[in-house]
Amino acid sequence: MGVAVIGASMTKFGQRDAWLQGLLSQAGEECLEDAGVTPKEVKHLYVSNMASGEFEGKTGVMNALAHDLGLIPAYSERVDQTSSSGGAGIYEAWQSVASGASEMTLLVGGEKMTHKTTGQATDIIASIAHPAEYKHGVTLPSFAGMTARHYLERFDAPRESLARVAVKNHENGVDNPNAQFQKEITIETALDSPVIADPLRLYDFCPITDGSAAMLFTTEERAAEIADEYAVVSGIGGATDTHVVHERDDPTIMGGVVESSREAYGMAGLGPEDLDVAELHDMFTILEFLQLEGIGVADQGTAWELAMDGTTEKDGELPINTSGGLKSKGHPLGASGVAQGVEIYEQLVGEAGPRQVEADTALACNVGGFGNCVITTIMEAAQ
Amino acid sequence: MTLGAGICPNGHVSYPTHPRCPDCGEPQDETVDLSDDRAEVVTWTTSTATPPGVREPNTMAIVEFDISHLDLDDTFVRALGQVTTEEVETGDVVEPVYVEELRDPDVGLKSANPESTEWGGYRWDPV
Repeated sequence: MGVAVIGASMTKFGQRDAWLQGLLSQAGEECLEDAGVTPKEVKHLYVSNMASGEFEGKTGVMNALAHDLGLIPAYSERVDQTSSSGGAGIYEAWQSVASGASEMTLLVGGEKMTHKTTGQATDIIASIAHPAEYKHGVTLPSFAGMTARHYLERFDAPRESLARVAVKNHENGVDNPNAQFQKEITIETALDSPVIADPLRLYDFCPITDGSAAMLFTTEERAAEIADEYAVVSGIGGATDTHVVHERDDPTIMGGVVESSREAYGMAGLGPEDLDVAELHDMFTILEFLQLEGIGVADQGTAWELAMDGTTEKDGELPINTSGGLKSKGHPLGASGVAQGVEIYEQLVGEAGPRQVEADTALACNVGGFGNCVITTIMEAAQ
Repeated sequence: MTLGAGICPNGHVSYPTHPRCPDCGEPQDETVDLSDDRAEVVTWTTSTATPPGVREPNTMAIVEFDISHLDLDDTFVRALGQVTTEEVETGDVVEPVYVEELRDPDVGLKSANPESTEWGGYRWDPV
């Protein structure tokens, strides 16, 4: 059964006073209103969230949200796939409709993080690492530092190319009213910022963020009846890579990105050459290169050239992260994959406002851990 | 103390060990101790934003042990670890040095149940 997206919303991302429940409720309610669907029509609810217990001492968020939004007795479930919980939520929502189990599925992703110190938040996220890595004090940013050094040394890529990813995504974020940072930066600012995980600096990393995002899924048939504009999930794939990062055959190949995108392209009957716009998981600038290579847009070791020649800018041949990406929009863990879906939906139905590009086919790649779990989603504008 | 890598019947080697081989799914039924061997730095970083209980700055490296003399299918195995110094470069040769506590078990997310994880291990000491 064909699966359509008929509504989308996101809260303002950033440092928010609201706690997780309030953020989820806001995004969920606005999504139903966006689609003109009443709460009682919803059959399944998925809540993407990585660590409400660790961050807020709160569990059972799916049932709480179903109650608050008037969705009772809909089936509800929390989806945790660390940073790719949002993408995994898209996968679950797609499955629920494609299988015929649900005709109307609401997906809400969210995380509340900023009340913790940077050290505490880093420790919660680093707990995904294998004990053999965790005991050394490894953090996700330090994996990025080691991978970036290897990439730059091996492929002779200029350090400036990473700074250009940050500059581009900050420039895109200026036009996103829900982004954490609506502020342009210069290459010099990025290259002169404090070192966090050598050779990477502050502006190579996404911030710590509160926020929520939501999408509403139904069958293509139902969408054609009730929605003026909608998008179709034409391909989706999910894959897992090694838990221990150094065990990967090649440190610059994200196996989960390669496998999940191959699956998504196969289902959609499309290839990288068909993409008009994409949201990639730029938790660290280096990840934008590794994903461009993993999804087949660039050959191994060459994606940095696309940052240097403008290909991935908003007016370039393949705009990447028109939303501002995780870099400037922010990264509330469980919300990020859903927010990627919100952006490509808005691009496909022509609701992206000043960020709008011409797009009939769009891809979102959501990465959990350091590529440990990956979901790639391809959506197309309804014909 | 050992730095044990797991070996499966097909000659695939991993550090750390796993119940089943990550490559082929066969049980890992042998181990090799790498703690007396030298390795080469593949890549490294110095982390200046470390979690509670972790030294700051924290220089870490992924190193590669040459195991071609074991005559297995895999000819090398990699491992991640802290470095004894901040002076390290890609290609440096290092040797493992055992440390009782790599980070403070009494601080951070796992401080309520420190027995749930390992705290001792090997740092890389450039030769």
